Amino acid sequence: MIALLKRDLALAIRAGGGFGLGLAFFLIVTVLVPFGVGADTGLLSRIAPGILWVGALLACLLSLDRILALDWEDGSLDLLATAPLPMEGIVSIKALAHWITTGLPLVAAAPVLGVLLNLPGPGYLWLIVSLALGTPALSVIGTFGAALTVGLKRGGLLMSLLVLPLYVPTLIFGAEVARRGAEGLAVQTPLLMLAGISFGVTALLPFASAAVLRINLR
Amino acid sequence: MSIWEYANPVKFIRTTDRVLPWISVLAFASLAIGLIWGFFFTPDDFRQGSTVKIIYLHVPSALMAINAWLMMLVASLIWIVRRHHVSALAARAAAPVGAAMTIIGLATGAIWGQPMWGTWWAWDPRLTSFLILFLFYLGYMALWEAIEDDDTAADLTSILCLVGSVFALLSRYAVNFWNQGLHQGASVMRAGAIAGDTEERVSNVFFLPLMVCILGFVLLFIALVFLRTQTEIRARRTRALIARERQT
Repeated sequence: MIALLKRDLALAIRAGGGFGLGLAFFLIVTVLVPFGVGADTGLLSRIAPGILWVGALLACLLSLDRILALDWEDGSLDLLATAPLPMEGIVSIKALAHWITTGLPLVAAAPVLGVLLNLPGPGYLWLIVSLALGTPALSVIGTFGAALTVGLKRGGLLMSLLVLPLYVPTLIFGAEVARRGAEGLAVQTPLLMLAGISFGVTALLPFASAAVLRINLR
Repeated sequence: MSIWEYANPVKFIRTTDRVLPWISVLAFASLAIGLIWGFFFTPDDFRQGSTVKIIYLHVPSALMAINAWLMMLVASLIWIVRRHHVSALAARAAAPVGAAMTIIGLATGAIWGQPMWGTWWAWDPRLTSFLILFLFYLGYMALWEAIEDDDTAADLTSILCLVGSVFALLSRYAVNFWNQGLHQGASVMRAGAIAGDTEERVSNVFFLPLMVCILGFVLLFIALVFLRTQTEIRARRTRALIARERQT
């Protein structure tokens, strides 16, 4: 499993593109928002947590098809399927690799972009906490979507349609934590819900992803 | 005699052919009775005026929008466990009907909300979760369309249906979180009403035509699903025949 993780990480870094692309996309989305809604700092600081969460979510979505599509094309996914590693393990590792290459940089970049959007002082901590808790869920759910559409020619758009509704609860609770944190309210309840979604999804969804992937490799 | 006999497509078509006219006629009759009764022979609500009458479309369609997904969930489970093709095709047949019910529910809700709440749309928990349910229907149908192999498509969509049900439920409670409700709670099937407390009940004048309308929508849904499932079975059989023809 660790060998597979190392391989995926090395591939992601050496192939370029995928690694930085999500971050660049996140930056551009965040920069576009003030152009769209006007540069009023009061308004921006109010919507900053939500914008940052939506931006992170979209950046995650953009890189999803890379999780499995490349391995599918060159046939290494078939080899992995015949390996002694269970399919559940493979999809979990794939999701973890996706999180390390996409989610983690997003978490690190979010405070910097928060400055651009004039995020209020107490919001930074909770923004980082909520993103760090929520992005694993995004990666795991995204792996499910990628597994569903892996064999399709133009699966990208379909995958967005499938995955975005699944992202809704994570987004709601994540953005709620960040918003309440920025306004100095109590964050415990949405934080617990977000953690529950994240851990529950990580525990259960790999089984669904593995089942789907087995069907697709049949 | 068990219910699994109907997993045989021939048996299914023969039986549904026999009951379909009855169900359709009953559905249209109860819809006609319920709607005409509701629209023309009930008094106006003392505060809402005649706008309350859209309830005869709004409540049944919203009810069926959720029940359609439940039916798809059951059909998907049967497909996964027992691999009866009719079941998978029934789930596929129900999806567009359910999506249409969702649209009707949303549209009538908007038309009702405009004079009552002064807005077509509010980001209210019930409205939002219904919109998300609609997105789930879209994704489900798109996945069916996108995959060429029938069995693979049935497998993938049934797993999507299972996962989607969990997330749809989760969204339903998640959206409660960030907004106050504008939509009222369940008032037709309230606990007090079922216990027979007359204070909490919708008056019989409105209640009876509403029940007839709900019955009509349920029957309409069953009729449409039967019809669409038959169509799917026949389309698949035609494809199989054409393929066999080409081989020889």
